Amino acid sequence: MNDFDVTNLTCPIPISDYPNVLLAHGSGGILMNQLIEKIFLAAFKNPILEQKHDASVLEPGKGKLAMTTDSYVIHPLFFPGGDIGSLAVHGTVNDLAMCGAKPLYLSAGFILEEGLPMDTLWKVVVSMAQAAKNAGVQIVTGDTKVVNKGKGDGIFINTAGIGVIEHDLSIAPASIREGDAIILSGDIARHGMAVMAVREGLEFESMITSDSAPVNAIVEKLIASDIDIHCMRDLTRGGVASALVELAKSANVHINIEEEKIPVHEDVRGACEILGLDPMYVANEGRFVCFVPEGQADKVIQIMREYSDAEEVVCIGKVSLDKKGQVTLKTSIGTTRYVDMLSGEQLPRIC
Amino acid sequence: MKYVDEYRRAEDVKKVSQAIAKITTKPWTIMEICGGQTHAIVKFGLDELLPDNITLVHGPGCPVCVTPLEAIDRAVMIASREDVIFCSFGDMVRVPGSEKDLLTVKSQGGDLRIVYSPLDAVEIARQNPNKKVVFFAIGFETTAPANAMAVYQAKLKGINNFSVLVSHVLVPPAMEIILSSPANKVQGFLAAGHVCTVMGYTQYEAIAEKFKAPIVVTGFEPLDILEGIYMCVQQLEAGKHEVVNEYSRVVKREGNLPAQDVIKKVFKIVNQKWRGIGEIPDSGLALADEYSSFDADKVFNLEHINVEEPAECISGLVLQGVKKPDECSEFGKKCSPEHPLGAPMVSTEGACAAYYRYRSHEIVG
Repeated sequence: MNDFDVTNLTCPIPISDYPNVLLAHGSGGILMNQLIEKIFLAAFKNPILEQKHDASVLEPGKGKLAMTTDSYVIHPLFFPGGDIGSLAVHGTVNDLAMCGAKPLYLSAGFILEEGLPMDTLWKVVVSMAQAAKNAGVQIVTGDTKVVNKGKGDGIFINTAGIGVIEHDLSIAPASIREGDAIILSGDIARHGMAVMAVREGLEFESMITSDSAPVNAIVEKLIASDIDIHCMRDLTRGGVASALVELAKSANVHINIEEEKIPVHEDVRGACEILGLDPMYVANEGRFVCFVPEGQADKVIQIMREYSDAEEVVCIGKVSLDKKGQVTLKTSIGTTRYVDMLSGEQLPRIC
Repeated sequence: MKYVDEYRRAEDVKKVSQAIAKITTKPWTIMEICGGQTHAIVKFGLDELLPDNITLVHGPGCPVCVTPLEAIDRAVMIASREDVIFCSFGDMVRVPGSEKDLLTVKSQGGDLRIVYSPLDAVEIARQNPNKKVVFFAIGFETTAPANAMAVYQAKLKGINNFSVLVSHVLVPPAMEIILSSPANKVQGFLAAGHVCTVMGYTQYEAIAEKFKAPIVVTGFEPLDILEGIYMCVQQLEAGKHEVVNEYSRVVKREGNLPAQDVIKKVFKIVNQKWRGIGEIPDSGLALADEYSSFDADKVFNLEHINVEEPAECISGLVLQGVKKPDECSEFGKKCSPEHPLGAPMVSTEGACAAYYRYRSHEIVG
């Protein structure tokens, strides 16, 4: 675990020397060396990283390994509740957690745009280090490239993650069974609306904060509590609707959910109504659904409530075999309709 | 959430749908004008709650759907220019023109911006004096005041690098065309609440009288729509044909007078082509002569562009309520939101897209 508290540090490369990232910072010379030493190593410091080798040598221990990778290209870089750095940690940690793996190590690849303020880079890196610390993972290897001004969007980050699976559960869509309860880990649609509000300069009565967070601790607790988890899925782009449709198709089961059970904060609902967006399709970064035998649903909810707002961890529906491959939703007025994936991004409506 | 939750209460919805069943003795066909209403009907499955002898048909009130092909082609041509920043409402950018849509133009290097208000486009023009900033001013009477205000403000502030590509349509002439058609099945209307918020509903009184068809000014929530249907059926059963206002929490008979003033100041009424329907006399808005220097058609010399629509899409019949989306032989086959043959499959308010999203499992299996 990283025991280096970076939260109160200011940028270690003096602004007067290098206020902005130069192409030379990616060219392998002294400037690049300084960038690595003073920014990345300073923030991510851990014994493995300090091996300073071409590759890091890891000792993951017993069990199967899980590996994943994801790239982060979010604009704006900073938003209420997070930034590209924390997102790059949470996203990859959560992907590992969804397979029931305990996340251990991350890589961090940066593509920086020439001219990026050094202070911005530092803030992102500090945020990554803090997020890694909170999630209990170490950043053990990395890479930096600098592209010409205008060829990037400030910072792009790729993280790959390795985790270890220390149990015998088979957590996958194929394990979803008839009668499974579907537990949602919290309120939905906050991340997407928080980012959209900043990106588009929309002002609502209250500030919407992203739900970006690591969920590995909750998953580890569920596994340690002998929950027979059949499947999990984090609700990122495409929202809860797209995730459930994907699962219904790949597991060839019928997923029934109830609209009224799905928690959406009042401010988020209002923002979605104004823009003509459906919160069921809006992105989240710290929420997941968990498929478990119905008999364990209450226990799962009880455990998850230790980590989230109690009223917002709910069973949103069940699995049946009536309409295989489909998701149906009982609406708030009592009718039933199908839920499908969107063909593209949701676009704000004209009127 | 206030003004939403109380109009989605299951027990109230049940009460009104039971009341509709109780008063309905004959078959009736009712058209909801607005695409927002169509979307709510299909999303909430409101038609499932009606007695079998009430048929809802979906009207021409999706602004994206009725914008003619040549307007999209003109938009594509303007947005492709290096000296232009092209601004549009979100759901216009995926509507296919003859060759491509605006999103494709963006992928090819066009500077396309999605804005939430036409006034944002004026601000972009102010910040970019070396660029020509064009706003795609489309829609019904609902968007007309804001679009008019953008031009009015640009003129007032002397922002001369701003212009608008106008393709505006008006509801009452379209209703008259539908009711005059020999194929017409529509016996009563749910008028579009937001259009009436701006324009009021005095214009509808003559239509109701002329065609002996009741018109109910209706909102967009499930309970609004069911109450609108109830008020329409009540009149149809009693042989009445009045204009009544279900959406009275928002709509006044005379409408929003300052909004109407700015429309009158900036726009003039002209003949207008509707996608899928054709030209309807006096059914559109164009910039008034004193604002013609803000007309993108003139700025970019595009007035000569006319485009014929392909024949395979039956959107005209869908938009006039003669056919339902699932009665089209290409629905869900050659035509889907990923490969739309016509605009009603693109916009979220389009009847075809709403059927595809919420019903395609039943229709195409």
